[in-house]
Amino acid sequence: MTDHSEIDSVSGKSTTGHEWDGIKELNTPLPRWWVMTFYLTIIWAIGYWVVYPAWPLISSNTTGVFGYSSRADVAVELANLEKVRGDKMVALGKASLADIEKDPALLALARAKGKTVFGDNCAPCHGSGAAGAKGYPNLNDDDWLWGGTLDQIMATIQYGARSGHAKGHEGQMLAFGKDGVLKADEIVTVANYVRALSGLSTRQGYDAAKGTKLFADNCASCHGDAGKGNQDMGAPNLTDKIWLYGSDESTLIETISNGRAGVMPAWEGRLDPATIKAMAVYVHSLGGGK
Amino acid sequence: MSFWTRHQVFEKNSIILVVGILLVIAIGGLVEITPLFYLKSTIEVVDGVRPYTPLELAGRNVYVREGCYLCHSQMIRPLRDEVERYGHFSLAAESMYDHPFQWGSKRTGPDLARVGAKYSDDWHVTHLTNPRAIVPQSVMPGYPFLAANEVDPDTIADHMRTLRMVGTPYTDDQIANAAADMKAQADPDNPGADAFAKRYAKAAVRNFDGKPGAPTEMDALIAYLQMLGTLVDFKLYNEKANLR
Repeated sequence: MTDHSEIDSVSGKSTTGHEWDGIKELNTPLPRWWVMTFYLTIIWAIGYWVVYPAWPLISSNTTGVFGYSSRADVAVELANLEKVRGDKMVALGKASLADIEKDPALLALARAKGKTVFGDNCAPCHGSGAAGAKGYPNLNDDDWLWGGTLDQIMATIQYGARSGHAKGHEGQMLAFGKDGVLKADEIVTVANYVRALSGLSTRQGYDAAKGTKLFADNCASCHGDAGKGNQDMGAPNLTDKIWLYGSDESTLIETISNGRAGVMPAWEGRLDPATIKAMAVYVHSLGGGK
Repeated sequence: MSFWTRHQVFEKNSIILVVGILLVIAIGGLVEITPLFYLKSTIEVVDGVRPYTPLELAGRNVYVREGCYLCHSQMIRPLRDEVERYGHFSLAAESMYDHPFQWGSKRTGPDLARVGAKYSDDWHVTHLTNPRAIVPQSVMPGYPFLAANEVDPDTIADHMRTLRMVGTPYTDDQIANAAADMKAQADPDNPGADAFAKRYAKAAVRNFDGKPGAPTEMDALIAYLQMLGTLVDFKLYNEKANLR
């Protein structure tokens, strides 16, 4: 095949040599910079094959002269992070809770770390300010279901409550109505007795003597004779103004009828021991720690 | 005909062009796709990963139907900040029974690859019903109707059979008992709960929505969410042997 290209007399440009019914095609090549960039990308790709993992082989793949691996990379990054956090984090892991409270530097670190981790892991239930929600305790107040000392807080975080963990807190509010222990009118009486315990108003015609007896027979074994609660069983104090599910009569009737069994997940295994320690210190420092 | 003008054969004959295109794409496909089926690094088998239980599978179907994937990814990337926040990066094996997988990088809400066991069932019920009841700043829509919809135990076996066709190793036993297993997982008092536990390792048996009666879509979705990322025990996982 001979080259038919010629110079077009009208435009002065060369043609490609293609001709259809007397119409000829001008040769307008891509700009040189574009062509050079294209060739460069090909050369770049060859370099990439050499340097990074690229080609599949029979049972593995080429690893490249850099030996890059995203999993090794993140392992190095995490190790560097440990280094940046330095000895203090290690010290935090080793120190006892009491020692952390005494050492201002460790205390500051634990609270900073705890605050960060709280935001991601605890805030969805307890709120970003730890003020809680219905069914999820406020952590700023002095009222503790399972105890407010450093060790108790740490145990609750570590093992949870009704979490399924072998060391988790157990104990539940029974369903007095659903299980047929109390009749509907008795539940109303107990609910009013409980309201009276913290000075709330009671419904007209409420029989205080009957309420006292029902409470003593059914509730006192966990909540105590005076209704002050029992932290070994997670039984709340009923004489204060702090309510987990609500203090109005209908909520109390619901609580007594169906029981309550809020779950705190166990964080052991999900968070490392130093982090759990930091969290305990942070929660303890929120204002209500004993 | 010189070598540099041979391409005219393709340009002037459409059938040869089509055959040529198919041939080139086939080679490209073979080189790129075939190794994924045999390379050790892409078919890593990890202890603990099992197919979804019937209830979890129903929950997964709800998850896909409601488009949860539009805001939530299920892939923790091997990056420092993600590992710090969500836990160990996701392994391919952890979604080996996902058809289709729920990876992604579009996160309006947080990644859910390891959300399992992070919050209580109660929390999920409240949060799915009305997210703002418990996370005031949330922009997630509420899904209160899930609690009212019962899951259909009769069709779940068909779902499992379909998945078996694409490689999920459901046994005949598991498929035959699908409807019973679905009810058993949502009811600890069900006489079939023990048999269920034998068929599916590490499957939680709970009344997920906290309400009596037949399993609802709320039960199913929470059963699914509560198992996400919980199957692999990373204390036993050999990191060094699986660097890539």
